[in-house]
Amino acid sequence: MNPYKFFEKPNSLKITLIVLFSFLAIVTVLDLVIKRSAEYGFEKFPSFFSVYGFVACVVLVLVAKFVLRPFVKRKEDYYDD
Amino acid sequence: MTISFMPPFLIFLIGAFFALFLRGKVLKWWIIIVPALALVNAFILPKGFVYDIHFIGLDLVPIRIDQLSYVFGLIFCIISLLNSIYAYGLDDYRHHVAALLTEAAALGVVFAGDYFSLFFFWELKALSTSFLVAIGGREGSLKASFRYLLMHVTGGVFLLGGILLHFHQTGSIAFNYLGLTNLASLLILIGFGINAVFPLLHTWLTDAYPQASYAGTVVLSAFTTKSAVYTLARAFPGTEALIVVGVIMAAFPIFFAVIENDMRKVLSYSLINQVGFMVTGIGIGTELSLNGTVAHAFAHILYKALLFMSMGAVFKQTGKIKATELGGLFRTMPWTLTFCIVGAASISGVPLTSGFISKSMIVAASAHQGLTIVWFILLFASAGVFHHSGIKIPFFAFFSHDSGLRPKEAPFHMLLAMGIAAFLCIAIGVYPWALYSILPFPVHYVPYAPDHVMEMVELLGFSALAFTLLMLSGIYPPEMRAINLDFDWVYRRSLQLFMCFDRKVIVVFEDKIVNTAYEWLFLNPIMFFARFFKGVDTYVVDGTVNGSAKATYSVSKSLRKLQTGNLQDYMILFVIGILILACVIILLRGGI
Repeated sequence: MNPYKFFEKPNSLKITLIVLFSFLAIVTVLDLVIKRSAEYGFEKFPSFFSVYGFVACVVLVLVAKFVLRPFVKRKEDYYDD
Repeated sequence: MTISFMPPFLIFLIGAFFALFLRGKVLKWWIIIVPALALVNAFILPKGFVYDIHFIGLDLVPIRIDQLSYVFGLIFCIISLLNSIYAYGLDDYRHHVAALLTEAAALGVVFAGDYFSLFFFWELKALSTSFLVAIGGREGSLKASFRYLLMHVTGGVFLLGGILLHFHQTGSIAFNYLGLTNLASLLILIGFGINAVFPLLHTWLTDAYPQASYAGTVVLSAFTTKSAVYTLARAFPGTEALIVVGVIMAAFPIFFAVIENDMRKVLSYSLINQVGFMVTGIGIGTELSLNGTVAHAFAHILYKALLFMSMGAVFKQTGKIKATELGGLFRTMPWTLTFCIVGAASISGVPLTSGFISKSMIVAASAHQGLTIVWFILLFASAGVFHHSGIKIPFFAFFSHDSGLRPKEAPFHMLLAMGIAAFLCIAIGVYPWALYSILPFPVHYVPYAPDHVMEMVELLGFSALAFTLLMLSGIYPPEMRAINLDFDWVYRRSLQLFMCFDRKVIVVFEDKIVNTAYEWLFLNPIMFFARFFKGVDTYVVDGTVNGSAKATYSVSKSLRKLQTGNLQDYMILFVIGILILACVIILLRGGI
């Protein structure tokens, strides 16, 4: 019994992506429906947290890849001298 | 007052002592019985109990059980039992002794009511945990454990200095609210801060944790930083500097985690990120934020242990722990993967898991206090932690590219420990009031408000979208066999620089200047006098002795010829002598 056998199938990636995208679409619709009791004004913008979460992760990855990695990356035996 | 319970640290101390002499199956059951007893004992601990003794002129309070110490004591006992179940298969008795000692020390710290007891257990913890690192059995374990010990001894010196100064100023060693007011409290804060992985002092954690054994890292992750969080919450709630420190800790490690190859190091960075939330909560200092900090520490100990356990299982079964060497393990380790996903969901704060109901209290507290920037950074850190611990850990270890590894599923006792931890993560998430009811302050916070659930689902859902799109487009930083420098570069290089300075400057200075001056000032005059007296000795004293000896020798040499040893020679000489004597007498008498 291995519930992850699904990922061996050839179109598993496609199905996963469809599930993810439809889930996010539902979330975006729900966002418009559910009333907010926001602490800050900008929290009331539709999908504020979606946009923030997406942008935050893209910025995180880009900074880590293009700024931090070139700066700190060394060979694995760097300290063994 | 009669005592109806055992001091929790004493159970573990006794346990550790006997573990020294036990081996085999007996030891394996012993290490489970000890924390099990401690856990039962933890449930009957009377809140509000204080045990004080007067000793060498000090008012010692080795046991102080209040609401704050109780929560930490309880979770430490729970995680000790899980650690023991997880490590059941380990045959190394040294690990079990060190783990029990660490647990004793952590409980000692949590229940200590005075700085003297606190310091004693603080140092015991530093020793036992560095020993746990040292016996990790990896290539760099021993060196990392020395660096770890060096850091913690330094922290201990700061703490001791602060305690002595505090005692000198106030005459009290009671461990209570302190606040950042003077030098003494600053020193104590730094002492706690080294253990609480304050930024720039954090490198011991990411350096040492990946070097411990698969079970050792789980023990380390539960006790060191969290007992420091406890001490900060006790002594420095509402210290505003901690807000700044906390948000830095919450934000910077996630950048390192994204590009890190060693999976347990990724988890180490995310540990700093999570402790950052707790430190921020302490800094804010409201009832809500302190409740959030304590709840988050409780939840964190469980899910971080769960994540380290799952990566430990992967490490034990495959012998590999780097993202570049792993992948595709979902085929043979589905249970480990399932528990890993529960841990990953919990650390990310997915609704219905423990992280959701604890972390959100701290985030909400920052909003209530109007700390907008703090709130933004904490949200960023929440999205970030989902990104690297929530997705990266399960994805790179169990899916990603197929590494071709087909390890067996982890042994039953490891799955059991992970299963219990996973169950508790979900139980707290589904029924948060079980945890809320034991927090230091009454809880009015409602975690499952619809808009709040939506916030978190949106934040995490679209973080996942970002990950997916970056992966598919190939922008996501590829896994690489490399190490990433961190601030310990400064420590290591400055020490190397010092050694270089020592060789190139101090040694040369000593050699060229000090030695030369010594030669001129002392050695040369002494040599001059020595030579003078040697001359006197050679030419005067020896000359006299030798001269007289030579004279005697030459006289003896010429006299020696008289002594031929032949009787006839002596006879002739005798006759000649008689004749000469006769002639002389005749001559003197003037004729015969």
